[in-house]
This record gives sequence, C-alpha cells and structure tokens, in this order.
Amino acid sequence: MISYLTKRLASLFASLLVASIVIFTVIEVIPGDPAAYMLGMNARADTIAALRSELGLDGGVLERYLAWVGGMLVGDFGTSYTYRTPVADMIADRLWISLPLALYALCLTIVIAIPTGVFAASRRGQAGDYGIVGATQIGVAIPNFWFAMILILIFAIQLRWFSAGGFPGWEKGFWLSVKALTLPAIALALPQAAILTRVMRSSLIEVLGEDFMRTARAKGLTSWQTILHHGLRNALIPVLTIIGLQFAFLLAGGIIIEQVFALPGLGRLVFQSISQRDLIVVESVVMLLVFAVIMTNFLVDLAYAVVDPRLRVAR
Amino acid sequence: MKRFLTVVSALALSLPVSAWANDTLTIGIQLEPPHLDPTSAAAGAIDDVTYANIFEGLTRFTEDGSVIPSLAESWDISKDGLTYTFKLHDGVKFHDGTTMDAEDVKFSLDRARGEDSTNAQKGLFAGIAEVNVLDPRTVEVKLSETDGNFLFNMAWGDAAIVAPESIENIKIKPVGTGAFKFDKWVQGDRVELVRNEDYWGQPADLRSATFKFISDPTAAFSAMMAGDLDAFSAFPAPENLIQFEADDRFKVVIGSTEGETILSTNNKLPPFDNVKVRKALAHAINRQEIIDGAQFGYGTPIGAHLAPHHAAYVDLTGNSQYDPELAKSLLKEAGVEEGVTVSLKLPPPSYARRGGEIIAAQLRAVGINAEISNLEWAQWLEQVFRGKDYNLTIVSHTEPMDIGIYANPDYYFQYDNADFQALIKELRGTTDPEKRNDLLKQAQTIISEDYVNGYLFQLPRLSVAKKEVEGLWANAPTQAVDLTGVRWAQ
Repeated sequence: MISYLTKRLASLFASLLVASIVIFTVIEVIPGDPAAYMLGMNARADTIAALRSELGLDGGVLERYLAWVGGMLVGDFGTSYTYRTPVADMIADRLWISLPLALYALCLTIVIAIPTGVFAASRRGQAGDYGIVGATQIGVAIPNFWFAMILILIFAIQLRWFSAGGFPGWEKGFWLSVKALTLPAIALALPQAAILTRVMRSSLIEVLGEDFMRTARAKGLTSWQTILHHGLRNALIPVLTIIGLQFAFLLAGGIIIEQVFALPGLGRLVFQSISQRDLIVVESVVMLLVFAVIMTNFLVDLAYAVVDPRLRVAR
Repeated sequence: MKRFLTVVSALALSLPVSAWANDTLTIGIQLEPPHLDPTSAAAGAIDDVTYANIFEGLTRFTEDGSVIPSLAESWDISKDGLTYTFKLHDGVKFHDGTTMDAEDVKFSLDRARGEDSTNAQKGLFAGIAEVNVLDPRTVEVKLSETDGNFLFNMAWGDAAIVAPESIENIKIKPVGTGAFKFDKWVQGDRVELVRNEDYWGQPADLRSATFKFISDPTAAFSAMMAGDLDAFSAFPAPENLIQFEADDRFKVVIGSTEGETILSTNNKLPPFDNVKVRKALAHAINRQEIIDGAQFGYGTPIGAHLAPHHAAYVDLTGNSQYDPELAKSLLKEAGVEEGVTVSLKLPPPSYARRGGEIIAAQLRAVGINAEISNLEWAQWLEQVFRGKDYNLTIVSHTEPMDIGIYANPDYYFQYDNADFQALIKELRGTTDPEKRNDLLKQAQTIISEDYVNGYLFQLPRLSVAKKEVEGLWANAPTQAVDLTGVRWAQ
C-alpha cells in the first residue's frame, strides 16, 4: 500500500510541475498585450509603458515564472491585472459557486445514473433496457448548453418557476442559492448521467457473465442479492474512473453553462480573463483546475485500492 | 409526502415576484467593467456604470450630445482662448463626506496629464499647460494652444473629478460626487448603487440601482423575458428585438451612438495604397445589404466619419454608391488582377463578424478575394491597430468627434494627407461654432473623396426596457448609462 501511495504521489507532483511549465509557456506566447488591451485605441505609447511597469510586466520570463510558482506554493496567486484585487480572493469567491454547482451536478448524475444503469443491466435485452439505452443515446447527443436553453425557456420564461440566470449570493439564503443553481446543475448533470448510465450498465453486464456470479446464484442468493453484493462492487471500477473524470469536467467545463446562466463562477472568470488578457488570472485558474483534475485522479486511484484489494499489493 | 409538498410550496412562494418595486431598477449591460476607475482604462463598461451616476466632471454630455455645465457652474474664456477660468458649484461633497473644491480639480487634471498617468485618453489633456487654484471655488486652466474642443474634452468620463483622499482604492471603491453612491460589487455578476441623499443637484428618483453583467446574448434575452431585469442597455442581439416589440410588457428604445462603423483600410499596403482601388472598394460595397444582414436593418448609412445627428454632418453616401460594374472597371484601370487576395481581419463584435462575411461575398463579386480571419480584441489591437499588419478590418469608432484621427499618419489607416492635417490643425484652433462646422464639413468631404476607408453605417444603440421605465437615454453621445433621470411611470 505504501509503495502504491508513494508512486501515486510522485506522479502527482511531476504532473503538477509539467503542467505549470506548459501553462506558463502557452500563455506567454498568446499574442496580445494586457496593458494595450486595457487602454484601448486612443492610448499613447508612454501611457502603455507606464501601465506595463505598474503591472510588473517588465521582468524576464524566467523571473516571472519563478515568482508565480513560488507565490502559489505559499498561497499567493498574485494580483489581477484588470481587477487589481488578489487572484486568490477572486478564485475563492468564484469557487463558492463553481464547486457547489459541480458537486450538485455530480450528485444528480450519480443518483440518476447508478440505479438506472443497474436496472438496465438487470433487464438486459428487455423493453426497459431498450428504453433506457435509447434515452441515454439522446442524452449523450444533446449538448448541455442547448439543453440549458430549453430548461430556461420552459422553467424561467414560460412557467416562471426559476429566474433565467444570475446568482443571488449565499448570504441571501441557502435555499435561494440552491434554487439558482438547480437549472444549471440539471443541465450539466443530464448528459453526464447518460454517459455514466451506459458505463454502469455495460460494466455490470460484463460482470454478470463472470463465473463467480453463477456461483453466487448457485449458493442460493436471489438475483438482486447477487447483483448488489457481488456484481455492483466489481462493476464499480470503470464507473469510479468515469465519475472522477466527470467531476473534473463539471468543475472546469462549466464555462458554457455559466455563460448561459450568467453565473459568476470560475468558468466565467477564465473566459473573461482570456479575452481581457488578464494572464495572471488565467494562469492561476487553469493551474487550479489542473490541480483539481490531478487530485481527483489521485483520489480515484486511492478509491480503486479500496474497492479492489489486489491493487494494494505492490507490483 | 405532505412535508415535501410544504417545502415545494415554500420554495414557490419565495420566488422573486419580478422586482416590481417603484424605486429600484435592475439594468443589464453586456460587459463587466474590469474596475471602476474611469480615469485609468479604456473599457467602456466602466463609463456605463460610473458616468454621471457616480463620477462627474467639470462639464458633461446630455443625451443629445451637447455639452453643459456640471461641477463647474460657469466659466470665462480669455480673449486669446488660452485661459479657462472655471467657477465651481458651491457645497459639492464627495460620497465620503469630503468637500469637492478647486484643489480636487487641480489634482484630477494633473494626475491625468502627469508623466506616469495611465489615463486611456491622455490626449484629451495634452493641451493643458498649467492648472492653478485661485480660490477654493475657482480654478484656472492654461492651455499651450487654443483648443476649440476643450470644454467637450472635459465632459468625457476620463476627465472625471476625483479626490486625493479616496484615490488609492478608487478601482474597487469609487468615490465621486454623483447622484448615486457605490454600494457593492459582486464580481462577475453585478454592481449595486444607492441614491446619494446629499447630492448637490437634482436628486435621483431611484432609491437604488443594480447593473447586472450578462455577456451571452441568449442569456440576456432570457433574463429580460423572465422578468429578472427591468431594462437592458445596448442589447447585444438585434435579431431578438422584434420579439420584444411584439411583447406588451416591453418597449424597444432605438437611438444613435458616436460609433462610425467602417471598413478600415490600410492606405500604405498594396493594393489599397492606390486611391482608384479604394474607390473601387467603396463602390463594390452594398451598405444596405450589410445593415440588413449584420444588423437586422438597424443602422444609418454613412459616407464619411461623422455622426449623422451632428450639426456639421454632410451626407456623402453618394460618393460611394453601390456599383459593382464601376468597381470592376476601376480595378482594371488600376491594373489590379482579378482574384487578388487581401486580408480581412475581424474583431469579436457581431457587426464585424457578420458584416465581414457579407463584405467578403460582395468583394468576391468584383474579383477581390478577401481572406477572413477572426481575432480577439487583444490580438486585434496588437496585429491590426498597433502592428498595422492588415489590408481590411471592420470596427466601430465609438469615440465622439474623432475625425482628427485621420490627421495622424501613424494611425492604423496610415492615411497621410498634408492638406487634411492642416485643416484639422485649423479646426483645433477655432472656437467659433459656425466656423468649426464649416471646417468639419470640409474634412468629411476630403476623406470621403480620398476613399480613406469604406464607410458603412452609424452604429445604433438598441435598448430594451419594461414599458413603465422612463428616462433612459436613447442615444449614446458617450459611453454612459445615465440613471439619474430614470423613474417608473405611476
């Protein structure tokens, strides 16, 4: 177990280091000067130069890279070029929307997908199974932003049950905020649930064909007992992998949904910062998302070890 | 189950009953300001939120574009036109309670023109030689040369009067003298303002106002339709306006802006370094088709670089009537071979992206192959505006009265005409309105006949509001969403 953990940790740090170099380099070579962008078409050259030095854009590349990485290690993400507030504060504010939204959507995904997938697998080849497979086919094909617009059309414009977008802020009330996140979470969750249902179903079907399942039935368990006690656990590894990927996707991939619902989350922050050439924000948020993805994968790796004892043995 | 129903009905009851209070307003704008200091960035969204609402200058624009006194109640101009003596209003206080006096004016102007100034319109202050405080309510501004535009320049948002006491945090906590005080900024979502109860002038009708930032046109449409917003200033999708017009709850407010939308042309790079080729270009373009296709019919055709609502405007669209046959023969005369490839670099706004496709098709019909590339603003500024690495681009020049840019041979058009430069110099030194209009007319005629750029249309300002909202500006003489006169109909 220890050696498994050490290996995983080592690869985690290596990935982070490589990611930081790649992100910094890519963003350095994007054309466009933040100072010129901020000052617009009538700016004079001396004004742009004054702003560049105010923003600390004069230093060398290596110097700025080291300052950035060094700062992040102690939790200092620098100061946004445009907003002139600490990037760490901005990210923390936005995370309070993106993280609950991702978790909300992930919960919906799991709650929908696991029972549906298990049900479909247990009814393999029957009408219920075909119905579910057909529905997931549609779910996978529908882009989430389009689905989001349909939800807005029905529930915000026609029925007026929800507002069409925006976020009141957690201090205005927990339920009010949950309500504001509901349509976005559903829009994010349904396509993901369709994917997860299919994975759950096929993974369980594969396990159902294994010899030990027949043995379990032979020793007198009912069909449902075998599925829940022997089948599900063995079928979960691919499902966990997908859930891990989906969480990362939901956290990072809310960009479009956040635009459609005008939610001030991380995705919107990245989108705005890229077009405003607020490079330090882009770098830091992207780094944070990479960190989240790598951490999720790490946790998924650990979860494998819990689910599958064979992995705990060093190989 | 019963419990569940209770929760559901409680949730249903807590729904916002579309903000129907009579003294607050929630207004949408497309872009979020990067910060709230109008004196150190170009972003128009800063002025949308702050102009006249939070910050005021010595003079100000009215809805029709004229310049009237604001913090300065009156002024004297010396005979030689070089000294302006401003008399300031009495009893004006900043939102933090400090008094606005001549020292603040001197501070603001000196800061804007200073060496390490980051004012995006530093050029507005370039003519100022010195600023002197005569007494707390009188300030004297000396110019190095006469400037007929000086009072006009002082009306820009970039010339707002700020205080040394509050300058440090002005970007996140703006302190001005306006009829609204800054209350709160939820970044990424909204800015909230409250009425300034100690305002020196006519107080605002609204008790509070919220600017909401919705960049996605579909989301903006939904938010209006769902009743989340009371109004949307400069609605981003002209194709949706017909739906608002058909809906009893809303009205569509159509006004004009200072944005001349032009097919900017690089006058130094072949083939458009030849005036004949530029003339051909002008005749190859069908303006109405562009206005219909890219703007859904909203927009006034223009033939030069001045807003049609201006007194000095001359209609010069006749110089560039749509005539593809003439365009073809002019190209032949100039020796441009058929199928010549030019670059057409488009910034993000939809007028540019949609208009670009239409123009490319029109140019193809006369044998010019325009290669489209879509750029982000930052790229556009670097490649096109500063690098001048382009043949054609489409952009709306939204600064008011900016025909003077044609006198700068280093500007990205790279238009170099000594006669025109002399004319603009004369214009700067002229204060008589009649004489100025006359010079402006000459200036329009010169650039129109030199076919410096393709002149397309004046950008309209299209806003949507609930029927009961009154007093919103229809026009945009400068980038502003002035809420000081907005109220709900009884």
